[in-house]
Amino acid sequence: MRPAFSVLFLTTLIGAAQGLFIALFFVELLAPASVTANFYAVGSLLVVVLMGLGGISSVFHLGHPERAWRAMSQWRTSWLAREGIALPAFSAAAFAWGVAHWLNWGHTLAIGVVAVILAITLFICTAMIYVAIKVLKEWSHPLTPVNFIVFGCASGTTLAAAYAGFMAPDLAAPLAKSAFVLIALSIVTRGASLWRNATLRPVSTLQTAIGIRHPRIQQKAQGAMGGSFNTREFFHGKSPAFLRGILAAMALGAFALPLALVMFAPAVAFVILYGGLLAERWYFFAEAQHPQNLYYQTVG
Amino acid sequence: MTQLALVIDLNVCVGCHACVTNCKQWNTSGSAGALTDFKPYEADPTGTFFNRVQTFEVGDFPNTETVHFPKSCLHCENPPCVPVCPTGASYKRKEDGIVLVDYDKCIGCKYCSWACPYGMREFDEQRKVMTKCTLCVDRIYDQNLPEERRKPSCVLACPTGARLFGDVHDPASQVSTVIRERGGYALMPEACTKPANHYLPRRKTNVGVREEDLYRSDNPHKIDGAPFDHNLPPANEELN
Repeated sequence: MRPAFSVLFLTTLIGAAQGLFIALFFVELLAPASVTANFYAVGSLLVVVLMGLGGISSVFHLGHPERAWRAMSQWRTSWLAREGIALPAFSAAAFAWGVAHWLNWGHTLAIGVVAVILAITLFICTAMIYVAIKVLKEWSHPLTPVNFIVFGCASGTTLAAAYAGFMAPDLAAPLAKSAFVLIALSIVTRGASLWRNATLRPVSTLQTAIGIRHPRIQQKAQGAMGGSFNTREFFHGKSPAFLRGILAAMALGAFALPLALVMFAPAVAFVILYGGLLAERWYFFAEAQHPQNLYYQTVG
Repeated sequence: MTQLALVIDLNVCVGCHACVTNCKQWNTSGSAGALTDFKPYEADPTGTFFNRVQTFEVGDFPNTETVHFPKSCLHCENPPCVPVCPTGASYKRKEDGIVLVDYDKCIGCKYCSWACPYGMREFDEQRKVMTKCTLCVDRIYDQNLPEERRKPSCVLACPTGARLFGDVHDPASQVSTVIRERGGYALMPEACTKPANHYLPRRKTNVGVREEDLYRSDNPHKIDGAPFDHNLPPANEELN
């Protein structure tokens, strides 16, 4: 698949926002006396800003963004529609939680529980968009939602540690420790899916694609000389060396450097981790081999 | 319940692309159009097509067969492109099983094209909506046309009659009969999409390939008794 940059930014930004909110909620749950109401209010503002940036980048994916409101209608069948509902619902709940802290309304734990449930719902909706495409075996696996949740929580908790460094230094160390554990966990879960996808055997072959049972079939013409939507949307078009470069950027940016830096410089660690997650998401698209590519092997 | 579909006979398709051009002409002028072209007269022309003819070579030289393979939406009975659509723009008609896109509802997110294992949908870069084969829904019911012309334009264009059109749920229809009697098959059955369109397999034809067919035996440059060398013409003195 060709990586869609709007989707790379959307999933990484809202993932960090959801992870940040979950981290802030756990601060409220476990150490309520150590911070002021402003810590939560500014933190939830950060969550809402990240969600907004994610929402804006998602608009660039659409051919007709002015019709985006229609995307909520098919929630009975489409995970994309469910994400379209869960995204503003979580943003609103996170915003309400921040306002409740700021204006001292009370019931913040109850609002927080609702928002955390919505954050997890949004993680699942986002990941299920990819799981639901059954013909893409690389995506259609339980490791996909696991990775979305773990990466979101890892980047969000790293951001929370960096944020606490400015607003509540006492909390920076425990949050950094949590982030360290989550980044280490993401190495295990993403490593498992990388290994699975590298060793995956395709179910569809050129034989099943055109229904001719012969071991040797070669495409001689694909019906168009200058390329088509099929040759643009489903091929990343990059060299194996470029792919290895992206894998290296992911190994360094998403795993090794943040793990080494998160305890000492969480803000730097977050910036590097975010870049690493963009590389990770790029590779997530590039490693998915769409069966339609079987029909587009040779120009002619 | 009716399920309209095409049956494509791979025995008689000669790869002339008449179905491709007639499909493009009808649909770019009709309610499904305009199907935009970009750089049509330059080095890399591209554009929206609902139907393509691809060519495959099966076997090892010299025992090869050329298979021309027309490729358009299969109007699956279990279409993966429909439930994923967030807006309901992508839908399957109950009355005749045609899978269509409502261009006024489509937000152009391309999710349906990711879900289709066959790559049958094409995004129109000018209108910014997903497009696909309509099975010429705007002409197969047109009362102004004579009844024998109420068929998809690709079917009407085919000079060899490789494309058959009809209701695959009616056991007495021509398409059901040929699927039953000539082993009509569906593409990528492992995708569990239940395509309505079927393909008729090639019948095995044995053409004996002899050495003389591959290399010219009555070569005027040949010298009787000399070993046959088809790479180099003989020298003049050898001929004399």
